[in-house]
Amino acid sequence: MAALSATGRRRATLGGLVRRPETGSLLGFVVVYVFFAVLGGAVFLGAPGWSSWLNIAAEVGIIALPVGLLMIAGEFDLSVGSVVPAASMMTAMLGGHYEMPALVAILGGLAVGLVVGWVNGLLVTRTTIPSLIVTIGVMFAVMGLTLGFAVLIKGSTSVSYVPDPLTKSLLGRFINGMFNVSILWWAGFVAAFYYFLHVSPLGNWVFALGGDAESARNAGVPTTKLSIGLFMMSGFAAAFVGVAQVMTYQTAQVAGGQSFIFNSIMCVVIGGVLLTGGAGSIVGIVLGTMTFAVVNQGIFFAALDPNIGSIIIGVLLLIAVLSNDIFRALALSYATRKK
Amino acid sequence: MSAQPAIIELQNVDKSFGPIDVLMDISLKVHAGEVLCLLGDNGAGKSTLIKTLCGVYTPTRGKMLMDGKEVHFARPRDAQEAGISTVHQFGGTFPLMSIGRSFFVGVEPTKGWGPFKRFDRKTANAIAVQAVQDFGITRIDDGDRLVGGLSGGERQSLAIARAVHFGARVLILDEPTAALGVKQASHVLRIVNEAKKRGLAVIFITHQVMHALAVGDHFAVLIRGRLAANFMKGEKSREEITDLMAGGEDMATLEAQIAGADTELHSPAHARAAAKP
Ligand SMILES: Nc1ncnc2c1ncn2[C@@H]1O[C@H](COP(=O)(O)OP(=O)(O)OP(=O)(O)O)[C@@H](O)[C@H]1O
Ligand SMILES: [Mg+2]
Repeated sequence: MAALSATGRRRATLGGLVRRPETGSLLGFVVVYVFFAVLGGAVFLGAPGWSSWLNIAAEVGIIALPVGLLMIAGEFDLSVGSVVPAASMMTAMLGGHYEMPALVAILGGLAVGLVVGWVNGLLVTRTTIPSLIVTIGVMFAVMGLTLGFAVLIKGSTSVSYVPDPLTKSLLGRFINGMFNVSILWWAGFVAAFYYFLHVSPLGNWVFALGGDAESARNAGVPTTKLSIGLFMMSGFAAAFVGVAQVMTYQTAQVAGGQSFIFNSIMCVVIGGVLLTGGAGSIVGIVLGTMTFAVVNQGIFFAALDPNIGSIIIGVLLLIAVLSNDIFRALALSYATRKK
Repeated sequence: MSAQPAIIELQNVDKSFGPIDVLMDISLKVHAGEVLCLLGDNGAGKSTLIKTLCGVYTPTRGKMLMDGKEVHFARPRDAQEAGISTVHQFGGTFPLMSIGRSFFVGVEPTKGWGPFKRFDRKTANAIAVQAVQDFGITRIDDGDRLVGGLSGGERQSLAIARAVHFGARVLILDEPTAALGVKQASHVLRIVNEAKKRGLAVIFITHQVMHALAVGDHFAVLIRGRLAANFMKGEKSREEITDLMAGGEDMATLEAQIAGADTELHSPAHARAAAKP
C-alpha cells in the first residue's frame, strides 16, 4: 500500500479537496457572486453584468499573475502602478506623436515594462534593500520620468493615438460592444503562467526561492536570474495592460494606474498566495481576481454605496488571510495525522 | 597516500568576509574512497570551509583543484555539476513544498520535449519516497506530503538522501547526524561507508567523537580558522583526537570541570562546608 500511494494518482477525496489551498478562494468567489446576484438581479447575471466584471478582472488579472508569482517567490512589485501609464505614454508617443508603425509603438511600450522590471530585479538582487522599498522608489522615478518626458516632448499630460483597425481589433476592441478583447488576452496569460508555475520544471524554482532563498541557491537554482526574470515578467504584464489601454481609449494619460498597485496585491492575497512567499497557485490568483472584480462592479448593479464595496473588499482580504493560514495548517497537519 | 591526484584539493586558501578573516592558509587533500572528518570547536570555520568547497563562497586567496586541475566555482550549481553534493548544516528543505518537489529543486526530472518539458511529478515522488525509505524512514510513503509536516530528523534525512542521490564524486555532510536518532545516525554512517566504497570522497563534519572515529580515514582539525592538525587514522590516539575536537583543550580537564560543577550543584551546602578544611 505504501508503494502504491507513493506513485499513484492524487486521490480526489473530499478531505483532499478541503486541503487544497484554492478551496477557500473558490468558496469566497461563490459567496460573493451569489450575494451580488441576489442584489443585482437579472442584469448582473446577464451579459452586461458579466462583461463589466470580466473587463475589470482582465485588466487587473493580467498584472496580478506575475505579481502573484513574485509574491510566491517572496518579493513585492509596486512599480506596476507607474509602468501602466509609462507604457501607455511610450506607445502613444511613438505611434501618435512620431507616427511610427503600430508594431514599433507596441514593442516600445512593452520594452518600457521589461526595462523597469530589469532595473527592479538588479536593484533587488544586487543590494539588500527589500523589494517593497526598491519598487516604491522605482515607481516614483518612473512616474516622474513619464511626466517629465510627456511635458518636454508634447507639452501636455495626455497624448492621443488612433490605432489602425487591425491593431484596434486585436488589442482594444469590445466584442459584442461589451466584452473587452483583453479578456481573451487574460485567458492566454493565465494559460502561460499556469504552464510556467505548475507544469514546467521552472515553477519548482519559484516555490523554492520563496520557501528558502539560500537553500534554493545552494541546491543549484540560479536565484539571481530567476528573480530578475520574474520582475521583468511583471513589468511586461503591466506594460501590456498600458498598451492595451491606449488601443482601447485612444489616449494615454501620465497619471492613473495607481489603483493597480493595491488591486493586484489584493487579488493575489484573496487568491490564497502566502504573503511571506513559498506557496500559492494560479487557479487561486484567478479566483481571487474574479472575486475582486465581482465586488468592484457588483456594487453598481446592487445600487449600493461604493463605500460599502470598499468595506467588503477589506473584510474579504482579512478573511482570505485568516483562511489561508487555516488551510495551510490543514495541509501541514495532514502529514503528521495520517498514521 | 596514492599516486593519483586527489579528487579535491585546497592550496593555501584564505576566506575573509570584509575585515573578518575566517579561514587562514588552509591546504587539504581528499582522495577517492577516503572519508575526511573535519573537526573543530563552534565557530572554528568548518561550515565556511565546506561552503567554499561547494561554490557558496569563493576563496579570497588560494587555489582549489579537482583531479589536479584548478577549478573555480562561481555558484553552487558549478560545484554540483562537477559532482560535489552538499548537505548544509541548516536548511536544505522547503517546508511548504511537497517531498517530491523539494527533493528535486534545481535538478527537476522532466518529461516531454523541447520547450514543452513538464515537471515529472510521479517520477520525482517515487524516487524521493524510495530514497527516504531506504534511510529507514518507512513512515513516509506519499511524495505529495508537505515537507513542513515532517519531523526535524525526517527533514534532515530527506536532505541527506537527496545529497547521496545526486553526489557523483564528492559528498559533503555538515553535521548530518545532529538531529538524528540512534538508528538514523548509524544509517548515515553506513551511507558514508558505502559512498566511500563506491570511490567517492566524503567530507564529514561532526562534534561526536564516536561518529568521527567510526568512519574517518583522515582527520583535519580547525582551530580559529587555521588547520591545527591534519593526520591519517592510526597516527593519533583516541584521546588526542578527542582533545583536538575540544578545540585543543585537554578533555580530562574539561571533564574535571564538568564533574566539579556537578558536585557544586548537587551536594548540599553543609556537605561542601564540611568538606572544606
Ligand atoms: N558570512 C559571514 N560573514 C561574517 N562572518 C562570518 C560569516 N560566516 C561565518 N562567519 C564567522 O566565521 C566563523 C566561523 O563560522 P562557521 O560557521 O564556519 O563555524 P563552524 O566551525 O561551522 O561552527 P559550528 O560548529 O558552530 O557549526 C564564525 O566566527 C562566524 O561568525
Ligand atoms: Mg557549522
